[in-house]
Amino acid sequence: MAPALQGLLTIVIGISVCVGYFFGSNLLLDMLFPPRGPKAGRNTNIANLIRPWLFLFPALFALGLYLMYPVVETLRLSLTDRIPGGGYQWTGLSNYTQMFQEPKFWEAMGNNLLWLLVVPGMATIFGLLAAQLTDRIAWGSIAKSIIFMPMAISFVGAAVIWKLVYDARPEGQDQIGILNALVVWFGGTPETWLTLPFWNNFFLMVVLIWIQSGFAMVILSAALRGIPEETVEAAIIDGANPMQIFFKIKVPQIRSTIMVVWTTITVIVLKIFDIVFAMTNGQWGTQVLANYMYDKLFIARDWGVGSASAIVIMVLVLPILVWNVRNARREMS
Amino acid sequence: MNNIAGNKPALVWATHISVAFLVLLWLLPTLGLFVSSFRTADQIASSGWWRALFATEQTLTLRTAAPETQALEGDLYVIEGNIFADTGEEAPTELTAWGTSSRDVSAYEPGETAELRDGERLTIEADGSYRVESPVEMEGSRGQRVFITGLVPPRLTFENYQRVLFSGSTTDGMQKAFFNTLTVTIPATVIPILVAAFAAYALAWMDFKGRALLIAMIVALLVVPLQLALIPLLKLHLNIGIGKGYMGVWLAHTGFGLPMAVYLLRNYIAGLPRDIIENARVDGATEFQIFTRIILPLSFPALASFAIFQFLWTWNDLLVAKVFLIDASGQTTVMTAQIVELMGTRGGDWEILATAAFVSIAVPLFVFFFMQKYLVRGLLAGSVK
Repeated sequence: MAPALQGLLTIVIGISVCVGYFFGSNLLLDMLFPPRGPKAGRNTNIANLIRPWLFLFPALFALGLYLMYPVVETLRLSLTDRIPGGGYQWTGLSNYTQMFQEPKFWEAMGNNLLWLLVVPGMATIFGLLAAQLTDRIAWGSIAKSIIFMPMAISFVGAAVIWKLVYDARPEGQDQIGILNALVVWFGGTPETWLTLPFWNNFFLMVVLIWIQSGFAMVILSAALRGIPEETVEAAIIDGANPMQIFFKIKVPQIRSTIMVVWTTITVIVLKIFDIVFAMTNGQWGTQVLANYMYDKLFIARDWGVGSASAIVIMVLVLPILVWNVRNARREMS
Repeated sequence: MNNIAGNKPALVWATHISVAFLVLLWLLPTLGLFVSSFRTADQIASSGWWRALFATEQTLTLRTAAPETQALEGDLYVIEGNIFADTGEEAPTELTAWGTSSRDVSAYEPGETAELRDGERLTIEADGSYRVESPVEMEGSRGQRVFITGLVPPRLTFENYQRVLFSGSTTDGMQKAFFNTLTVTIPATVIPILVAAFAAYALAWMDFKGRALLIAMIVALLVVPLQLALIPLLKLHLNIGIGKGYMGVWLAHTGFGLPMAVYLLRNYIAGLPRDIIENARVDGATEFQIFTRIILPLSFPALASFAIFQFLWTWNDLLVAKVFLIDASGQTTVMTAQIVELMGTRGGDWEILATAAFVSIAVPLFVFFFMQKYLVRGLLAGSVK
């Protein structure tokens, strides 16, 4: 069967099954505990206890199977080794000790740390700058659209776009990468940026900053517009200059939003895979955790160490997870 | 608030210039790839894309016609013609200088006459027409070599798109990958919406024990890296017989998209006016009716926001497709995977790479520009506050 047809059929079946399930289960509940007759009150109470779970069941089932079970299973896999011929063998922490002895793992950890230090901060700063500046000019919304646009571009697409920017030709030839063309124009010598030890990490980071600044800008721009005008007016009357107004009046009032943006990008950075995979595949000292994990799982086929590195990513995400949950709970109560 | 900057013209100008600079910085990389996708391989390799928009001065090595075409005029042997006759579409519109020695390629101005060996004289005009005169019969099989410097007009071509979209080439063709991507994307966008909407309604407007805990759980799942799910789920899919294929990738995208879907929709549905829902309950509507008749239509903006998110995310995804969909046969490859493949096998062939990338980027960009309103709204509701 043609995949497109299969897709269409899946949509139809998927939706019918969903609708059928919700409709049927609700109908069944109303038949079992009819909200009328001698026991109407008691029946309604029982039905009201059950109904939320009918509504929730498909989503909870999928979430449990596709996100919660894997966390437990990955943890288990990271503590076992596959035995040739099938089955697993409990090996305790040996996968972790093996991983910790690999220089490539520490390279990935170091680079991920570097990414964490640079990307969320830079994207937030660029986003804040763009939000503040575009809010006060007539063509600001067009400017915003353009800065926001990379959000729609895939990491792979962005990798191609930036590889052309970084392209290098031997000295003396016409440069076709705009970065080297600029360098030559200013009298420098062309570089192959992506193989430049240590600094090539930053050239990869630029790609993610370029993508994420638009996200930061959209959120922060909404927050800036939400600042009560009286606070700004009072500052003007007191003689504050624009710099003081921005840093001492506006930024403190949107601090919680800045944190949200920063943590969201941090999570994205921890999972960053496509950009590194497509541009350098971790060569020349640019390995990151997610790509290291991919190498272990699907190239070396070492599920134990691969799972252990996935757990490392999970552990790094954990503080943000806890912080998010606490914030969400505080907001609801 | 705007009058802060308005007081000082210098600041206003600084703002305009900074924004223009930012916009340029953000636009140039994409523009470069876009322009490159309309250039031929030779053009891309010989000059930067920014030159494609203007006429460029290029030096070409050409030849006059062979001596066998010479004609006798009086006592002179003459060859006449246009030096650009064989250059095809690359022809410069205007000749600015020419020369006959590789050591001095622009020795003569248009219209000047060069003295060659054996008393031959060569004159080339600005439009490329030339005249070779010789007192004796010219010999040899090839014409005189001439270096021409001239302005070549920008020339853009659709050939690359033709090749990538319609040639059916198995290595360069994106046609199949395009439809594969579409096949992955649409069910993976539609299916989670309904499942999430029911759950979101229950979490927003039904009272039950453990509701707060469930919401907290959804918030927690929002940031769980999907890297953890790869091996366990692949194992599961292989065990229950789904294997690698479309069904697997649809289910995976549905599962991974659900936390965001439930979270976004719950926030929106919880914000609907309480009166509407309570009036309906008093009037005897069942929860199912309330959901289908009131909640779903009112939540359209949130549903659209999520749909756009999920569409962009599944269209642009590489990892999930690589793990759950693409098998050794390569029949089910998606565009992102094929582009990565092209980067490996044809890393230097920018004309194919740029075009393939742009084919893949075009659809999300289209969605982005037409539905930006919903995307922004979704972002604002979806970031955990």
